[in-house]
Amino acid sequence: MVALTAPPTDSVAVRRRSPWPAFIARRLFRLLLGIVVVVTLAFLVIHLVPGDPVRLALGPTAPVSQVNEKRAELGLDQPLQVQYLHYWQNVLTGDFGTSIVSRQKVSTIISARVGNTATLVAVSLALTLIGAVVLGMGVAALSYRGRRRWLLAAYRFVASTLNVIPEYVYGVALVYVFAVTFALLPVAGDDGLSTLILPSLAISLGPIAGLSRIVRVQTEEVLGQEYIQAARSKRLSALRIYGRHALPNLLTAALTIGGLLLGVLVASTVVVENVFARPGLGSTVVTAIVQRDYPVAQSVLLLLGGAVLVVNLVVDVALSLLDPRSLIKDS
Amino acid sequence: MAVRRPRGATQLVCVLLLVLIAFLSVFGDPIWGDRAREIDPGQAFGPASAEHWWGTDDLGRDVFARVMASSQLSIKLALLAAAIGVGGGVLVGVGQAVLGPFFRRLLSTVITVSLAFPGLLLALLVNAVLGAGPRGAVIGVGVALVPPFARFTQTLAASAAASEYVAAARVLGVGRLETMRRHILPNIAKPLMLTALMAIGTSLVSISALSFLGLGIQPPRYDWGQLLQFGLQNIYVHPMAAIGPTIAIVLAGLAFNLAGEAFADERSRSMLPSLAGTGLAERLVAKVGHPGDVTAQVSHDDTDAIPDSEPAVLRVKGLRVGYPGGVQPVRDVSIEIRPGERVALVGESGSGKSTLALALACLLDGSSAVDWEQFEFDGVDVSPGSEAEHRTLFGTKLAVVFQDPTNSLNPAIRVGRQLAELRQVHYGVGRRESLAAAVERLRDVQIPGPEVRAAQYPHEFSGGMRQRAMIASGLMGTPRLLVADEPTTALDVTVQAHVLQLLKRVNEETGTAVLLISHDISVVLSFCSRVLVMYAGRVVEDIPTADLLTGAAHPYTRALIAAVPDIDTMTSKPLATIPGTPPNLDDLPIGCAFAERCPLADEQCRSEDPALSLVRGTQLVACHHPQTDRTPIPQTAVPASAS
Repeated sequence: MVALTAPPTDSVAVRRRSPWPAFIARRLFRLLLGIVVVVTLAFLVIHLVPGDPVRLALGPTAPVSQVNEKRAELGLDQPLQVQYLHYWQNVLTGDFGTSIVSRQKVSTIISARVGNTATLVAVSLALTLIGAVVLGMGVAALSYRGRRRWLLAAYRFVASTLNVIPEYVYGVALVYVFAVTFALLPVAGDDGLSTLILPSLAISLGPIAGLSRIVRVQTEEVLGQEYIQAARSKRLSALRIYGRHALPNLLTAALTIGGLLLGVLVASTVVVENVFARPGLGSTVVTAIVQRDYPVAQSVLLLLGGAVLVVNLVVDVALSLLDPRSLIKDS
Repeated sequence: MAVRRPRGATQLVCVLLLVLIAFLSVFGDPIWGDRAREIDPGQAFGPASAEHWWGTDDLGRDVFARVMASSQLSIKLALLAAAIGVGGGVLVGVGQAVLGPFFRRLLSTVITVSLAFPGLLLALLVNAVLGAGPRGAVIGVGVALVPPFARFTQTLAASAAASEYVAAARVLGVGRLETMRRHILPNIAKPLMLTALMAIGTSLVSISALSFLGLGIQPPRYDWGQLLQFGLQNIYVHPMAAIGPTIAIVLAGLAFNLAGEAFADERSRSMLPSLAGTGLAERLVAKVGHPGDVTAQVSHDDTDAIPDSEPAVLRVKGLRVGYPGGVQPVRDVSIEIRPGERVALVGESGSGKSTLALALACLLDGSSAVDWEQFEFDGVDVSPGSEAEHRTLFGTKLAVVFQDPTNSLNPAIRVGRQLAELRQVHYGVGRRESLAAAVERLRDVQIPGPEVRAAQYPHEFSGGMRQRAMIASGLMGTPRLLVADEPTTALDVTVQAHVLQLLKRVNEETGTAVLLISHDISVVLSFCSRVLVMYAGRVVEDIPTADLLTGAAHPYTRALIAAVPDIDTMTSKPLATIPGTPPNLDDLPIGCAFAERCPLADEQCRSEDPALSLVRGTQLVACHHPQTDRTPIPQTAVPASAS
């Protein structure tokens, strides 16, 4: 038998080198790389256009002198590498050129609408996260350990169906139900909270269904863990067990997917703004593409792409703050 | 866990829908084309009727016919886009596996970066270059599918490449390209095809979205998305014009996506049996230390005489636990634990000891049926189903230490906070004060630098330290009983000793009774004063530890002890085991559950389950033929079997 009097020797080195600097450096590098790719792609939009983009934009009836003048204004008569450097310079100084169609400054167009889009994305994201966590945890808790099998079966079928339905279909359906049939909520425009409800629902219903499936599986796994048993042994309230002990442990997975979903939400916003005729970046970019207004189209796409990248970085950092273990796994 | 969905039905529905879609895309235009183009201004915006199921549009054309007739274009565009996405994705994914490490890394980084972008943005980018129209839409959606498909292919290929047959092919000198073609691709073909099916669904929905936005098919041509755009513009006048194409898009999108999912589930389900089913046949192999030391220790323990007059801290009579499906892990168990007592609960895996421990702690969840005749804890009578009313009692006076310390502390909460929680909840103490108490408890269980440690997360603790923290957590209340479910099994030997020593100190200093669940006879002998032996859900013997090695009366207890190899056991001989296997808990015999494996079993044993009754002193046994001769149990009492 081992001597019972030996002092405890199983202490782990308390001070470990912080994994944060390396982590931040890696993520910043990835962000930088992403931004280079986005800017280059946006720059290339106008150059990859088959034929003469200016001619296409101004139409076949525009006089040659006007086309040439516009070409010079866009700098298209200069060598490609000069244009590329110039583009970078402009992007970094916030100069996105002027619209070919409306002759407004692109930065003016964007700043007038970016708030609208950002609000819609933010509300949709909040709705998605809250909806998915409540639904996923709820179903997991109610069907835990083989209880209410019918609920689980029904949920699975409904969730996988709802997950596949695209946002514009939800948009149309919501318009039909709430605006046409019951006339409860406004269908179009931008007029405070009431006009936000239907668009954000249209955007988030599908993601709620999809994300809640992940939350449910995660919850089921977490509920089976010994630390939940341990929390139960302390006779905490159900609210505390689910909210304080289970939630943080499934939040990492939910937020990781939620972060990935944010890109999808941004894309959905583009579509849904058109369904509900909301003035935002989405409706702007679609009109710009149809009108071949390249400076506007490329700038808005650049902005949306950049936003997705920055948001991904923020999500990554937030996750690591929330769950320090992911830092170690990451390195 | 796997609740079965009627997959057969889902699959059938998917296949039927796919057949319908195929039919429409071939025959939709020939059948409905003329009708779809028939202009009748007198019928403009006509409501749904027997003649026009979904009404008519602004030019009086039949909406239903238009939706049917445009199936072909919608499906065709989706197939084209999916072909671009899947083809490109597989090419890039396979390329990654075939190319050298440099290009592999480069491609991987490019894919990771492009995966960050939502597909629709990529599609819009391509659309911006190529201009609004079907060409831009198809190529845009196709290109957007390339990165996810490339990543999927690469992941599949990498896992297939890690398999042994690929390693064998490599050893034989088969080239990378050849390996890919002959060994990897055929093996990943099925999941790839199923995902391609889902890609068609995604393409269909995305291209419809672009057409809907006015970036895809341009009038006068029309596909579902374009029809939907028109329908939405006129939704107030004529909702069916919007609902019709919506139904088409949703059904087609669903059919492809659900088909991919339903058949993929089938595949992963076939892998399940290999994961489950180790069964109850697990054997008990316990080890014992030096017998001399042990007896010395035991006799010392016995001097901790506890006055019999003191009321039991826990008195349970007729405890039963049933799981759905007729399994009875705990049958008619009666236990009494006196204050300050150290009691062991031993038995094979599957004998129900952990379930019993949880039932005694009132921690079994609603999925099991728990019932008892009497349950008295710390002088409070708890009736079945009223556990929730005694939250503070159980929360403060009953502590539980679980088996796996790596898992019993919440990884997302700082250790100090987890400990402090109990005081906050049950004593209404403030955050700061309860945290200070937690630090004190951590110090009590000899965790060095408790102030620093309290602010750390469990993953910064070692295994032994976590188990000590769990014990500290139990001490945050004023426990009268500490239930420890195999608290040392997951720890290495030196750490085991410290944890047991700590439990003993806690027991001696605070007078907390300890119920130790274990299958390690050496731990039991050194730690406990009384042993409860469990077999097939019942306590079959209740014996003072001092008598265990010489006075065990139940044949099962004797067999257990005999099966414990000691330091003198010849290593050349096979280890002694108990012949036979424990009975299935859902199909128990009428008589004694051990009769099947018992050398002494007779007719009475097979027809009548023996009750737990007094044999000598305080020793209880449930056996028709208790062994009452006090001779040391020989190590060869039971013939070794080779199972």
